[in-house]
Amino acid sequence: MPCVADWLNNPFSIVQGIFAQNVPNSDWEKKVTEYFKEKLKENNATNWVPSLNDVPVHYLKPNSLVKFRCMVQDMFDPEFYMGVYETVDPNTNTRVLHFGKYRDVAECGPQQEIDLNSTQTVTSERQTFYCVPVPGESAWVKEISFLPDASQARVSPSTSYTPSRHKRSYEEDEDMDLHPSKQKEQHIGNSSGGDIHGCVEPKRLETEASAGHHLISPNCSPPLDLNFPLPGEKGPACLVKVYESWDSFKVNDVLEVYGILSVDPVLSIFNSEESSALDPMECMDTAEEQRVHSPPASLVPRIHVILAQKLQHINPLLPACLNEEESKTCEYLNLTSLFVSNFMSELSPVRAELLGFLTHALLGDSLAAEYLILHLISTVYARRDVLPLGKFTVNLSGCPRNSVFTEHIYRIIQQLVPASYCLQMTIENMNHSRFIPHKDYAANRLVSGVLQLASNTSLIVDETQLEQGQLDTTGVHNVTALGNLITWQKVDYDFSYHQMEFPCNINVLITSEGRSLLPSDCQVHLQTQVIPPNMEEYMNSLLTAVLPSVLNKFRIYLTLLRLLDYSISDEVTKAVEEDFVEMRKNDPESITGDDLHRTLLVARFLSLSAGQTTLSRERWLRAKQLEALRKARLQQQKCVNGNEL
Amino acid sequence: MSSPASTPSRRRGKRGRSSNPPTPQDARSPPSQKRRADDSTSTGELQPMPTSPPVGTQSPAAREALFSSPTQFRHSAIPIDFDISSPLTYGTPSSRVEGTPRSGVRGTPVRQRPDLGSVRKARQVDLHSEGPAEDVATEQSLGQKLVIWGTDVNVASCKEKFQRFLQRFIDPLAKEDEDIGLDLKEPRYMQRLEEINMVGEPFLNVNCDHLRSFDENLYRQLICYPQEVIPTFDMAANEIFFDRYPDSILEHQIQVRPYNALKTRNMRSLNPEDIDQLITISGMVIRSSQLIPEMQEAFFKCQVCAFTTRVEIDRGRIAEPSVCKNCNTTHSMALIHNRSMFSDKQMIKLQESPEDMPAGQTPHTVVLFAHNDLVDKVQPGDRVNVTGIYRAVPIRVNPRVSNVKSVYKTHIDVIHYRKTDAKRLHGVDEETEQKIFAEERVAILKELSKKADIYERLSSALAPSIYEHEDIKKGILLQLFGGSRKDFTHTGRGNFRAEINILLCGDPGTSKSQLLQYVYNLVPRGQYTSGKGSSAVGLTAYVMKDPETRQLVLQTGALVLSDNGICCIDEFDKMNESTRSVLHEVMEQQTLSIAKAGIICQLNARTSILAAANPIESQWNPKKTTIENIQLPHTLLSRFDLIFLMLDPRDEAYDRRLARHLVSLYYQSEEKMEEEYMDMAVLRDYIAYARSYVNPRLSEEASQALIEAYVDMRKIGSGRGMVSAYPRQLESLIRLAEAHAKVRFAHKVETVDVEEAKRLHREALKQSATDPRTGIVDISILTTGMSATARKRKEELAQALRKLIQSKGKTPALKYQQLFDDLRAQSDTAVTKEMFEEALRALADDDFLTVTGKTVRLL
Repeated sequence: MPCVADWLNNPFSIVQGIFAQNVPNSDWEKKVTEYFKEKLKENNATNWVPSLNDVPVHYLKPNSLVKFRCMVQDMFDPEFYMGVYETVDPNTNTRVLHFGKYRDVAECGPQQEIDLNSTQTVTSERQTFYCVPVPGESAWVKEISFLPDASQARVSPSTSYTPSRHKRSYEEDEDMDLHPSKQKEQHIGNSSGGDIHGCVEPKRLETEASAGHHLISPNCSPPLDLNFPLPGEKGPACLVKVYESWDSFKVNDVLEVYGILSVDPVLSIFNSEESSALDPMECMDTAEEQRVHSPPASLVPRIHVILAQKLQHINPLLPACLNEEESKTCEYLNLTSLFVSNFMSELSPVRAELLGFLTHALLGDSLAAEYLILHLISTVYARRDVLPLGKFTVNLSGCPRNSVFTEHIYRIIQQLVPASYCLQMTIENMNHSRFIPHKDYAANRLVSGVLQLASNTSLIVDETQLEQGQLDTTGVHNVTALGNLITWQKVDYDFSYHQMEFPCNINVLITSEGRSLLPSDCQVHLQTQVIPPNMEEYMNSLLTAVLPSVLNKFRIYLTLLRLLDYSISDEVTKAVEEDFVEMRKNDPESITGDDLHRTLLVARFLSLSAGQTTLSRERWLRAKQLEALRKARLQQQKCVNGNEL
Repeated sequence: MSSPASTPSRRRGKRGRSSNPPTPQDARSPPSQKRRADDSTSTGELQPMPTSPPVGTQSPAAREALFSSPTQFRHSAIPIDFDISSPLTYGTPSSRVEGTPRSGVRGTPVRQRPDLGSVRKARQVDLHSEGPAEDVATEQSLGQKLVIWGTDVNVASCKEKFQRFLQRFIDPLAKEDEDIGLDLKEPRYMQRLEEINMVGEPFLNVNCDHLRSFDENLYRQLICYPQEVIPTFDMAANEIFFDRYPDSILEHQIQVRPYNALKTRNMRSLNPEDIDQLITISGMVIRSSQLIPEMQEAFFKCQVCAFTTRVEIDRGRIAEPSVCKNCNTTHSMALIHNRSMFSDKQMIKLQESPEDMPAGQTPHTVVLFAHNDLVDKVQPGDRVNVTGIYRAVPIRVNPRVSNVKSVYKTHIDVIHYRKTDAKRLHGVDEETEQKIFAEERVAILKELSKKADIYERLSSALAPSIYEHEDIKKGILLQLFGGSRKDFTHTGRGNFRAEINILLCGDPGTSKSQLLQYVYNLVPRGQYTSGKGSSAVGLTAYVMKDPETRQLVLQTGALVLSDNGICCIDEFDKMNESTRSVLHEVMEQQTLSIAKAGIICQLNARTSILAAANPIESQWNPKKTTIENIQLPHTLLSRFDLIFLMLDPRDEAYDRRLARHLVSLYYQSEEKMEEEYMDMAVLRDYIAYARSYVNPRLSEEASQALIEAYVDMRKIGSGRGMVSAYPRQLESLIRLAEAHAKVRFAHKVETVDVEEAKRLHREALKQSATDPRTGIVDISILTTGMSATARKRKEELAQALRKLIQSKGKTPALKYQQLFDDLRAQSDTAVTKEMFEEALRALADDDFLTVTGKTVRLL
């Protein structure tokens, strides 16, 4: 496939070709995008494009086409660049036109000079996003995205690199996750000194990294803070240069970008001491700002975007084009709709299996498992002025104290959802970690915090860890922020002179012993049926017992149902009304507006979880029944506590 | 490099039409130029410069071009005669030497304008090199053809026009408050010049809006070619000035500073087309650098023969002479720092203001360079409107390599600052607060205001997701509009509060917080705090030491920040006593006095307060009176205009409506939400418009109605457990009535407004449902909506009882039980004991009888 190699390995030659053909008018830009769009449409073409998520940057060929799945962490100021420029050879006086798009450096031959006065020069504007891999991305997402069969077809730019990620067992990844360090960053950092494209044994790098990572604690600033929202994240951060419709992207959006990788070492030299002293224009940025805005390209590569799309989900098991349709009007592409309908037909067995699986995970509590499913498919589907609709924060109370229970729940959820994070709610953590992203004016960037998460990330808050103690100012702020996140689904980023509200869509699950101190939509008291003598073993066996294919079905199930549409017919509306009035009549204390609100939510997710997009009378009754069961449990719990007192 | 006098011949002949050849700066500089004797600070920074490689690696054309602004934005580029003695070069040392008409004669030194940057390297082209000068090159008094290259600006006519503008312009729209001490009938800028003569500050600020209304074309030229036009303006102003005040002594010549360019943009909309144009953007200063001494002119001395020479800095680079012209020794020239010239420069980062930002994006920043006396004029945190010239400069990757980073660095050379919030701390400044509405928008709003049900419409548009609570929404609506501001300072009473304060008090789960959140999101300057989380300091202001400058800085808290806005305080009851006490001053005097760490000041906090509190027992206790339930000090309560009780009503119809409302939340289509969002925008504009343009006054009837209402309130209010009426309540009524008039865009407060104010005031405390004797809110009355009939029946029963007693003849005392039985026997409906007791009490109120124990005595 010579053609493939061409557009993958040397996209510039393609761009140059198109540019040369169309040079007088500005059509060439459109044509370039069209060309690559077409190329990527070919079957499996997207799989040939090496991904920065998968392949370390030093194995990738500079100026080749790469893809990157990432979250927009920060947006830098727009920059003006030379879209088209002309070079002149002083000896022969020959003039050549070049394009500056997709480039960091205006290149010219050894004998040439750039003529900045040329009439042909076109100044254009582009926007830089600072992107990080999706925070809390589960290991399986990566594994499935870059399956061996997919990577075999990939044009391996560097022969020495054999993709080894899929070989690494899950446990190893897990192990790395737990270490609060940035291995990737570090071993890239290590190698950045000499050979960027050099072929270093991956093994050696890995051992180096693991030896070194104990030295770096997450809070003291490492050589360059790559600004990942979650501590212990790894993977490359990237400066993504967007050329069109950048207004449509927002902070925390998840994107998949296809673009040209730029790791020109010149970019790193650029901010060295020497040049800044020479050019007074440089002094308008502080050293810190320079470090952040133009970090060494080997550490933070640049991607010049040719195609970018917002992702609705990052589940590799589902076709990405689910997000093609904006209004969710079910006009899927043929293939997609086929996929969806196929899956819908076998929905109920999947649900049953999932319920069983979660019941086991929750130590035999099927009600809690039911609620957990509802929680996992919940998503903020709309906002009515300030009120987010569709959030369903569950507080799982009655969790065994100081046990590893939450950890295991987290492991299980991690296996099910594409992105998740477990927040240990210890006094220490509350007081010392950075929850709210804040603007660092010295470096002119948004310093990330734990609460800067992509949409539909599962956040598990482990309140069983909380001991008595004193929260300091940061702690109070953090708890408030967490509370706001749960209640309003928004985080107020701190811009020091003012705050700015960023809406989010995060599923929060709180595990606690008693009622959580954080607000929640629904509290489920856990009633364990079995108490395994060895939790560790129990959970492990549970995970190994479930077949990978079944696990994948669970994953599809949870992601797909979240995207479904839902409505309530007038009839059912009437019935619900009647019901409510009736209940109020009998006992006004029994049900309040809030209860109705919650029951409606439960009914919504219950219907969706069965693949029904309208509310039926049966579902409504079932929802009521579930609620009643749940409440009875709480009541019972209260009594028990009361007796104890 | 030589002086520009010789440049025309030195310039390269052939040049692209749009090429942008900067003339090297003049070697000599005016004596006025700041000379930094102490250059110890600059030494370190400048040290590497002489060692910089001579830029000779490239042709001078490429080098110069590299640092000139990108050129393709010039539209009509017709090169015209270049003449160094033309007024174009005014402001440069050479013009001083050659003598600009009049100005130089007086001996007032010229001062360089680094803010105009490359003006001295203006685009002027030797006519001989390129022929066709279609533009009419005008004959000047000096006998030279003068037009600015690349523009259509004719210097002479431009100057003349501007002089005419200065001499004749009278602002038809001028308002007293903006120009204190100016005679509005006289030409405005002539008075400004007079001011300059008296004060001696040689800066003339020119409002571009004025210029536009005077001469559209001149304005356009100013916007498009600021760096050519402004020096022309300078010259024009100076000529007039020194003509009038020949003996005036100024530090340097007058510099014209245009501001308020109509091309006021928000930072986000800046694009490549704006480069080198005059723009005005608003934003917030987030960082300012130390003062940077920028070398204007380097002084070199030959180590061998002591020959000296001066080299102008060309865009930050020193072209070090490699050969001594005198003795021809190579590399013998050394830089002498303390004979070089420096000017002040400061780098400032401006961030776009939060209001201009689309949701979900981070704010953009832009770099500003302030020069000379504009240095240190603004501090981080200031909101400013900046007028300046937008620049873009290419970045060189490495001086030794010809590759250039294909990115330009952009910045703005500041010409004028206008602080937008400076006055906020001092006095009422409606000018900057006023939003400018498009005419169509105003028409829409006015159309809306004519609707009979506008009040209901607006109140239902407020927080549509929150169910019912119509009266509360109405109250909040009135709060958003506010009363009329009255100033009695001259009679010594100070300002009257125009802001309406509201307390929401009620059962948990009645969406109080949601309402607060909504309001906070609606108003442009809202603050949201929680009583639990805020301290007195966080609400007011605190003094902190800036870690960098070691300077004491006053940091304002929520109340001050929400000046002219609304401060929403949730969990008001959880706030501790001392914190609450700071509210006393704010809520009545609308100021905040601070005396700490050596800073004593009074800040304006003209904020409305919207507070939410739970009843003292967290649930409303129906057995207790209102006062007992709220349990806030009288002093504070009386400062709230409206105290709403939000109780959870229990009745079928309500439940049904609530259920329908909630269900609808769960399947409403996206489009409908879009619609509602539109409503919010309209609502916001409506409020903003009313707040800034409508200022109703009381009519005669309205005043009368208010007096009556107050007297009534005093009568009722004496009962136990009622929130009693103080003169403050009268003021509240006035404010509410005014706000209601504002809703209608009416300029007179009518009786209807007073009626509504009265109704709302009464409704707020559920006073219609309060037993005036016991002060207990009767929830059953409230929810069943039966109060009217129930009351009637009660009255009838009392009358029946009275008749019964009267029919018994002259008995001084009656047995209680006996009477009850008799009444029951007589009545055709069932009479409960409670009803009987109530009837008795009613009669007792009328001083008809007294009840003592089991006997009823007649009086």
